[in-house]
Amino acid sequence: MTDTVERLKERFGELEPSEFRGQTRIAVPRDLVFEVLSTLHADFGFDMLVDITCVDYLNFRDATDRFGMVYALAGTESGERLIVRTFLNEPDLHVPSVVPLWEGANWLEREVFDMFGIEFDGHPDLRRILMPEEFTAFPLRKDYPLQGRGERHNFPTITRGSA
Amino acid sequence: MAIDVPENVVVSRLDELASWCRKNSLWPMPFATACCGIELMATGASKHDLARFGAEVMRFSPRQCDLMIVAGRVVMKMLPVLQRIWQQMHEPKWCISMGACASTGGVFDTYCVVQGIDRFIPVDMYVPGCPPRPEQLIQAIIDLQDKIQHEGTLDGAEFDTARRQQTKRALIELPIIGQSPQFTR
Repeated sequence: MTDTVERLKERFGELEPSEFRGQTRIAVPRDLVFEVLSTLHADFGFDMLVDITCVDYLNFRDATDRFGMVYALAGTESGERLIVRTFLNEPDLHVPSVVPLWEGANWLEREVFDMFGIEFDGHPDLRRILMPEEFTAFPLRKDYPLQGRGERHNFPTITRGSA
Repeated sequence: MAIDVPENVVVSRLDELASWCRKNSLWPMPFATACCGIELMATGASKHDLARFGAEVMRFSPRQCDLMIVAGRVVMKMLPVLQRIWQQMHEPKWCISMGACASTGGVFDTYCVVQGIDRFIPVDMYVPGCPPRPEQLIQAIIDLQDKIQHEGTLDGAEFDTARRQQTKRALIELPIIGQSPQFTR
């Protein structure tokens, strides 16, 4: 595992690796993230994209950035796992889409867009996947109230007379 | 003036006859979205046997149903579907809100879960429980049958809301054997 990180460091300079409970993570600047991921995909054998998700660090202690993208990768031959992270701040919530690398990223990126409002540049079909299309908010952001802003009650009422 | 009624002939009102037919052949539309749907299936299965009450014919086409059983939580993306199905059902029709989630939203007090379907469609019976036992659902269907027999009319005047607010049988305290005077030996 450390071998992969060392080789990555040789190619891309200062990446910040860290370790937590046996999981290796590297933090990558946003401009480099597509390059790093495509290198991992092509040269390091990480042929499986386990998950793409996002974390909102609003009001989190010691946090300097608002959103943290998380790419969980795995190599099916080596059995290696690696978590690639990159940080985004408002108002520039753009990140390159990784659908050209892993086809399975399509719906994962749509979900992150639906819940956090992160825009994936180059995504073939970036629209909401879970919430209704007319929904306007991004519900997993920390500044969105848990019980919503009244969207769940914004429907016509059918009475006995009208049906 | 006495009318001579032959044997095996009962005189009734047409309203009561229609209500009697309707209450004994309720065709449920199972709108099962969560674990309450499993109990709904158990209610229809052989052990609890909803057929004893004439309501075993589950139909997945709203055109064939007259009793909607909403079993489970309804999210805001599903609610337009629920309303559409309710509108597609023919009159006369009734609705049972089965379980805590359908009635109040239950523990799912979040942005996307509707807090009680009775805000958006009319509901005749609420079944408490998480999920309710099949016996509870059967009790609700029996109570609904009582209600249909009690207030059903041919022209649907019972759907007038003021008259619907009558005491449900489940809310009347039942006599306890040995304590209530009418059961003492």
